[in-house]
Amino acid sequence: MNKKLVTLALSALMASGPALADLVIPDLSYRTGPYAAGGIPFSDGYNDYFTLLNERDGGIGGVPVRVVECETGYNTEKGVECYESTKGEGALVYQPLSTGITYQLIPKVTADGIPLHTMGYGRTSAANGKVFSNVFNYPANYWNGASGAINYLLDENGGDLSGKKIALVYHNSAYGKEPIRTLEMLAEKHGYELTLLPVDHPGQEQKSQWLQIRREKPDYVVMWGWGVMNQVAVQEAANIRFPMENFIGVWWSGAEFDVEPAGDKATGYKALTFTGLGDDYPVYDDLKKYVADAGKSAGAGDQMGAVQYNRGLYAAMLASEAIKTAQEMHSVADITPAMMRDGMEALEMTNAKMEGLGMSGFGPEFSVSCENHGGPGLVGVVQWDASTGTWNQIQEFKATDAEVIGQLIAEDSAAYAAENNISPRCE
Amino acid sequence: MFYREAGDFKTSYTADSQTFPIKFDRYRYYVVLAVAFGIIPFIINDYWANALLLPFLIYAIAAIGLNILVGYCGQVSLGTGGFMAVGAYACYKLMTAFPDVSMFIHVLLAGGITAIVGVLFGLPSLRIKGFYLAVATLAAQFFLVWLFNRVPWFYNYSASGQINAPERDVFGIIITGPNAPAWATYLFCLIFLSFCAIIARNLTRGTTGRTWMAIRDMDIAAEIIGVNPLKAKLTAFAVSSFFVGIAGALFFAVYLGAVEVGEVFGIQKSFLVLFMVIIGGLGSIFGSFAGAAFLVLLPVVLKVVGVDVLGWPTDIVAHLQLVIVGALIITFLILEPHGLAQLWRVAKEKLRLWPFPH
Repeated sequence: MNKKLVTLALSALMASGPALADLVIPDLSYRTGPYAAGGIPFSDGYNDYFTLLNERDGGIGGVPVRVVECETGYNTEKGVECYESTKGEGALVYQPLSTGITYQLIPKVTADGIPLHTMGYGRTSAANGKVFSNVFNYPANYWNGASGAINYLLDENGGDLSGKKIALVYHNSAYGKEPIRTLEMLAEKHGYELTLLPVDHPGQEQKSQWLQIRREKPDYVVMWGWGVMNQVAVQEAANIRFPMENFIGVWWSGAEFDVEPAGDKATGYKALTFTGLGDDYPVYDDLKKYVADAGKSAGAGDQMGAVQYNRGLYAAMLASEAIKTAQEMHSVADITPAMMRDGMEALEMTNAKMEGLGMSGFGPEFSVSCENHGGPGLVGVVQWDASTGTWNQIQEFKATDAEVIGQLIAEDSAAYAAENNISPRCE
Repeated sequence: MFYREAGDFKTSYTADSQTFPIKFDRYRYYVVLAVAFGIIPFIINDYWANALLLPFLIYAIAAIGLNILVGYCGQVSLGTGGFMAVGAYACYKLMTAFPDVSMFIHVLLAGGITAIVGVLFGLPSLRIKGFYLAVATLAAQFFLVWLFNRVPWFYNYSASGQINAPERDVFGIIITGPNAPAWATYLFCLIFLSFCAIIARNLTRGTTGRTWMAIRDMDIAAEIIGVNPLKAKLTAFAVSSFFVGIAGALFFAVYLGAVEVGEVFGIQKSFLVLFMVIIGGLGSIFGSFAGAAFLVLLPVVLKVVGVDVLGWPTDIVAHLQLVIVGALIITFLILEPHGLAQLWRVAKEKLRLWPFPH
């Protein structure tokens, strides 16, 4: 009888009192499988930043953040399962770190009214906010990356690439195929010759591709690889003695674990980047104090300062700033996914803001608008030095060929709009 | 007591040769159908549909298809993923070329196209057997995936090389695309599964099925008693591919909505469906259901228990999943090589005598 009363009272209390508010952020991570090397540091950085906000500031705007992690293994079917199982909890934003899962989720999030942020990956034409209302890919996308790599090579060659041979080694999936169109357009414009070398999932087998490179001797090799494919490619390049300084990877092919297995031979390998490097930022002091030393690190806690960890940190920072923007816009602390979408569309990143967060210079200054979900697309170049084990930035963040990219984005998004009967917004 | 033939008199040949001769079995079957068609659509939500029921229904169709080929006709095939891809791409081309035609027709036509492709790749089975045939079908798997990656016509020249299912309907109800309601997608797949299962069951009970089984058990003896191996093997390939093609079309259009051929229809899909057939039980329609349910539900159950209930780290749960599923497969194969269907058969035998076993 007594017990019954207590239960009754408890349930009455729970029903009458306000539900404990929290901001739910799903983390569709992959800590297993051939892409785990990149998935682990990214997810650790993503989790740690929200842990820091919870521990130091008590959440965002006074509401704690709850990160729901779900393992996808970079597999689209599991990604769908993760999406369905987390969306009911009031998920604010999805960042699947997989172009395949992104393609899967674009129609779903649009129907469910949840924003999707694909930072530096995903469908490039989602930068056109007129067509893609719920998808964001600021601050840079693959076509910026492709153009950034070509611009860098142009600079190296005094502005002339005609007659040069460039090979693209790419992951044979939606991700790897993403830059092809841009590189082909740029080949017409600058007169270089493009060779396409697809590498099948998971990318451990690349002997024939590198044999072809050895035979055809391209002047430059550009790579769109991820996970285990990167390490194998760098090793194979070293094996055929391809000059490393002529080998450029996209930002997902430019982390420590990609080059370390090849040892000293990897020195000189270049990669693109859109985020800051290393742990020389004030935010790391707080991360050490509130997260690492408190034993609250995600995963093994050994990834701090790594390239992909910083990207995870940056992605989480952009999400939390969008939450803040949304909270101010709607004057509600416990925001809904629809408000989050508004916040992301009104997001403005200034140097002053980043300095206040202890991340000055971590990423570019930009503002998102209804038309432009893609940000400025500034691309920097880094180079690996195996003797010190560090990446050094050899080119500052620079603008890319907006004319070519803008045209391609307009074309591709118009095709998507026609296929799905979307009438443009923002008018 | 309940489950027995005694007292259940059959007075016609039709009654005597029906699918479920035991009354209890028959009613159980009607109850399952009533629940599946009459109750689940009203209580289903997005999670149950997209995470559990759709994959189960679709894999069950694929498993029935493969079971006809491997379990009933004895032709080992490792090309299931490739044939599913044929179904998916055929469905995509049909959906985009004829937007006004009902999805039912598209899916059936996709199955038909896959049947033709299946027969083509089944031709070598007339000359080669066993492991060698497995290798030949493996070639089909790799060739088909390569083809869909290589020829842009198949993916309508999209930049990413992916195919995306546009919104299509059946009698005004949206079936594909993100706005499709969960109950509609579920019912759509369920109708196909019931249709396939009934056809498969009746085919395997009739002449066609008996010729398949004769070929499986001893092809030379079968030929001597007058079974035409060409006809038997090619019909098995055609029917099997028809079902697998339907499964591929549904997998792409209704379940995933966007597909990248190398990832979704790769060799691991062929193995997955083959495992379903082996674990479920070779040569049993019920086994196809059981195998599909086992391999679709088990990972999700383990994830829910590990992550949501026990709160373990996601990577440990993912690794444990591999260990547990692997261990269970080995255990099953050692303890019950004939699969879950055999367990079910044994249970039924025991039920017949219950509660007074000799």
